[in-house]
Amino acid sequence: MAVNAAEAAPQNAAFSTTKWSRAWQNHAPGYLFLLPWLIGFIGLTVGPMITSLYLSFTDFDLLTPAQWIGTANYERMFTNDRNFAAAMRVTFTFVLFSVPLKLAFALAIAMLLNRGMKGLPLYRALFYLPSLLGASVAIAILWRQIFAGDGLVNQFLSIFGIVGPSWISNPNYSLWTLIILSIWQFGSPMIIFLAGLRQIPQDMYEAASLDGAGKWRQFWKITLPLLTPVVFFNAIIQTINAFQSFTPAFIISNGTGSPINSTLFYALYLYNEAFSFFRMGYASALAWFLLFLIACFTAFSFLTSKYWVHYDD
Amino acid sequence: MATSIQLRQIKKAYGDVQVIHGVDLDIEPGDFTVFVGPSGCGKSTLLRMIAGLEPITGGDLLIDGQRMNEVPAARRGIAMVFQSYALYPHMSVYQNLAFGLETAKMPKAEIAQRVQRAAEILKIEPLLKRKPKQLSGGQRQRVAIGRAIVREPKIFLFDEPLSNLDAELRVAMRVEIAKLHYDLGNTMIYVTHDQVEAMTMADKIVVLRSGVIEQAGAPLELYNNPRNLFVAGFIGSPKMNFMTSTVEAGALRTGGVALDLGRDVTGATTLGIRPEHITIVEGSGVKFADLTVDLVENLGGQTVVYATTRDGQALTIVLEGQRHVEIGSSVSAYVDPAKAHIFDAEGNAIR
Ligand SMILES: Nc1ncnc2c1ncn2[C@@H]1O[C@H](COP(=O)(O)OP(=O)(O)OP(=O)(O)O)[C@@H](O)[C@H]1O
Ligand SMILES: [Mg+2]
Repeated sequence: MAVNAAEAAPQNAAFSTTKWSRAWQNHAPGYLFLLPWLIGFIGLTVGPMITSLYLSFTDFDLLTPAQWIGTANYERMFTNDRNFAAAMRVTFTFVLFSVPLKLAFALAIAMLLNRGMKGLPLYRALFYLPSLLGASVAIAILWRQIFAGDGLVNQFLSIFGIVGPSWISNPNYSLWTLIILSIWQFGSPMIIFLAGLRQIPQDMYEAASLDGAGKWRQFWKITLPLLTPVVFFNAIIQTINAFQSFTPAFIISNGTGSPINSTLFYALYLYNEAFSFFRMGYASALAWFLLFLIACFTAFSFLTSKYWVHYDD
Repeated sequence: MATSIQLRQIKKAYGDVQVIHGVDLDIEPGDFTVFVGPSGCGKSTLLRMIAGLEPITGGDLLIDGQRMNEVPAARRGIAMVFQSYALYPHMSVYQNLAFGLETAKMPKAEIAQRVQRAAEILKIEPLLKRKPKQLSGGQRQRVAIGRAIVREPKIFLFDEPLSNLDAELRVAMRVEIAKLHYDLGNTMIYVTHDQVEAMTMADKIVVLRSGVIEQAGAPLELYNNPRNLFVAGFIGSPKMNFMTSTVEAGALRTGGVALDLGRDVTGATTLGIRPEHITIVEGSGVKFADLTVDLVENLGGQTVVYATTRDGQALTIVLEGQRHVEIGSSVSAYVDPAKAHIFDAEGNAIR
């Protein structure tokens, strides 16, 4: 392919006009079919993105025209905004704990399901269910009931004579209820892990067991290394999702990030800046910084991947 | 010292399906035993039961006289070479060889020494740093064997280890495995469905069919005295010729010719003669058929003649050297009576 393109290049230059018009004739129907998507992509994604990049350098409250203020929004973020610091702390804590725990849990369940049990499709569907419902408002409301002062958890604890706190209104625990909620939504990484486990040839384990390796050593030395591409994929997807987590915190804290900012997720803070206080410029700056954070994380992951991800080709 | 293996009425069932039907077998210490048989006859299953990879559902497995049925694979003193090689793809060749030793918590220096020695034996020293995917099929095969020998097991098991190699490499590796057996002197069991491999490598061949041992013995014993039609047809290449026969007045008649084998032929229904035991020159042995020549293949070292008897039965003849035989001509076939095999209606040999 590359060689062909190189050879074709000089000819392209010589016949460029006719080539172009012929190419256009060839491809016009294709672009025509793409048009609805292209309009949507430019109008609803690229356009707003560029606009928000512009707005992030302005002061804009939706009512009066946007005022160019340079990098003032970004300066404020790092020098003069304690809520921003709180949101960063909450979000990083959430990402740091929820992602590894969720992946570990998903892998554990996937390994359990991979032991060739009967009725696998049923269990697979059952375990996937929370993930289908997970991001929904209904589940978050349910979660609020379960962890409330007189909720299910405390009713269960009271059987043993333990009086539990109100988990969601205690700043020491509130974030953790959200982390548990997120772990509970392990379905989609689990399905992907299950597919990955199926790819590992059985004779690998037979060879290892003849080599004297027990189940534990087989897991660490065979299963996990051969599963690293899947772990890598899941980790990236889940981390990006975790950085953007919004709905559960919004529902459980009634949109405030309370108690005392303990569930003030980054996305929630951004939302409040934009739609409660109408600081569109500042909210745009926050959004772009989040994008930057996620890009950094992803780049870092890809750069380090060659040291720990095993690709079999 | 080398290790003996005994199978006593070994059975295997998957659910209701019985695939091994009570196998009895004695393997002498240091023997090279080959399991042969058609696809699906249970060779791999039997081997995997000995290895401990497949639970035994009936009978006893004894290694050095000790019952091993419930002993886990790792503690049977066995190493196995898989058809797929089953090398760990994420480990270098060195790590592949060292894995079992590391699992056994052997000191690093000793591991390095053993890996080095195995690599020398198999001539894979320059490859130690590579990953399996960077090796050719033959090199992977060597690494798989290397992984078996570093652990210095009592018994080696091979499940069709050469079937993924091309013909030339297969012959070369066959010789190397035979040499390895000669050098190490371990008890080895080797599964193949290639009867040439079986004939050339084995001290003892075990012919299996549908989960039953048809015959077990030294290669030439099976070649010279096959116990039944199946073994007679399976061992030897090209295949033994089988001709339907009748017995009239105490003499065998086949292809319209009566022949005197000089022994009792009562009950014989099939005459079996190996292609290489037939001659077409008068005066050597007894005449057993008149033939029309259909096709002649000159291979240089030998001449293969395909012919049909008067009553339409096909016959293959292998003649030594380069012989001129006209296609369409009529010839008579002769055999030394001692080399003619006869079988009864059940397919069992009549001796
Ligand atoms: N897990 C299993 N469940 C049910 N039947 C099985 C299973 N494994 C093997 N079998 C059956 O057992 C029989 C013997 O299989 P085995 O793999 O031992 O054959 P084989 O002689 O090694 O054949 P090949 O030369 O093709 O490797 C076959 O009929 C096969 O269908
Ligand atoms: Mg097999």
